[in-house]
Amino acid sequence: MYTAADLKKGLKIAINDEPYIITHFDFAKPGKGQALYRTKMKNMITGSTMDRTYRSGETFEPARLEDRVMQYLYKEDDHYCFMDNDTFEQIHISEEAMGDAKNYLIDNLQVDVLIFREKAIGVDVPNFVNLRVVQTDPWVKGDTSGSDSKPATVETGYVLRVPPFIEEGELITIDTRTGEYSTRVKG
Amino acid sequence: MGSWPLARRRQALVERGAIFGRIREFFQEKGYLEVETPFRIPAPAPEAQIDAIPASGWFLQTSPELCMKRMLAAGYQRIFQICRCWRDGERGVRHLSEFTMLEWYRSKADYLVLMEETEALVQHAAATGSISYRGQQIALSGKWERITVADAFLRYGGISMWQALADGTFDVIMVDRIEPNLGLARPTFIYDYPASCSALARLKPSDPTVAERFELYIGGLEIANAFSELIDPVEQRARFVTAAAERAAQGKAAYPMPEKFLSALDEMPEAAGIALGVDRLVMVLLDAETIDEVVAFTTEEL
Repeated sequence: MYTAADLKKGLKIAINDEPYIITHFDFAKPGKGQALYRTKMKNMITGSTMDRTYRSGETFEPARLEDRVMQYLYKEDDHYCFMDNDTFEQIHISEEAMGDAKNYLIDNLQVDVLIFREKAIGVDVPNFVNLRVVQTDPWVKGDTSGSDSKPATVETGYVLRVPPFIEEGELITIDTRTGEYSTRVKG
Repeated sequence: MGSWPLARRRQALVERGAIFGRIREFFQEKGYLEVETPFRIPAPAPEAQIDAIPASGWFLQTSPELCMKRMLAAGYQRIFQICRCWRDGERGVRHLSEFTMLEWYRSKADYLVLMEETEALVQHAAATGSISYRGQQIALSGKWERITVADAFLRYGGISMWQALADGTFDVIMVDRIEPNLGLARPTFIYDYPASCSALARLKPSDPTVAERFELYIGGLEIANAFSELIDPVEQRARFVTAAAERAAQGKAAYPMPEKFLSALDEMPEAAGIALGVDRLVMVLLDAETIDEVVAFTTEEL
């Protein structure tokens, strides 16, 4: 059981027995007023979205999902292919159902594939993944523009902001919950 | 985590420091005394929706209000303080559980005087006549917008303030329909709140169904809350008892009655006071999307 105070981006809850994922979360509290938890959520089966505002004290059931550890194999058209590590069964997941997770998929990455009523409806990637920078502009020494970050493209094609000292070919750690740079992998 | 999140905030923290400097300069020029009162207190003001964090049998302050009003009662006529406050369970893109508050109190003044003074303070702190916040151009110079809570409900909420209170939808409508419309082209003072939403404010003599309380909004963001102070100890005690009952009904912790504050009210002059969220002010002046961008450390980074 979750309470409104547990709501955050990425949380999966059950509404009318269907799984929803919180895609946007905002805490609001008008002056001297009550705490309000504003959410946008997506139905993980149909993809339809809705806005809901909750008050403190309201409770939620976790979404009833089974997760199976699988390995990412390849992408084909707009589908991603995974293999169950135990049964070697292969499954496909649509690009839309992948959500942000597609930004972090490299060959052989282990993920949790979420199953609802025998159907794969999404994946959970680890909180931190290491990806190699394939393109970023060099840091101009003596740059006085005051810029504290620059864009970089990693091997999956995902583009994010990194500190100026990061160079092409370096391995960086990304926090998949925020999509942001976390640290440089020394090595 | 690495030190990058902290290092990249350098520019914001430098500007934050400059804003603090200009705030202090403003109050010194106006003859205000900068004061400090204890962070750890035995009895926070009982308010229905504000929760204090316990600290060794006492509490971390949710606001320096009660101690600063005791100073007013003791004859300090113009005082200000910049300090940390704590509110349990408040965290979001505009909230930190530990945040920085600017409060100032002025005797022989009411909330209308404070509106004028708040305009002047923000203009001085900003050091510019116009800002851009989240793509919105906001004029700080010139006259700011003033709208009553009742008018705002009719104009933006499509419902009367009293009906919303009766329905229990006052806060939801305020957040969903009204706040996004406040302080867009210029800052907005929204004023005259229902008496039941104002535990420490004086009722308006010409209309005692509302309290002489206002909030300042800039770019849809709530920046400050102010009121003409309630100085009647009997009525103040009754309001605290009501708020304590609301807390009990919600299953919230009970606080001791702030007796020293209540007895000081006997000697308190007519006065007005205001609490301004400094982190929020820095957010709008620096066009920051989240409060995290304008502080050195968030709770999660400790």
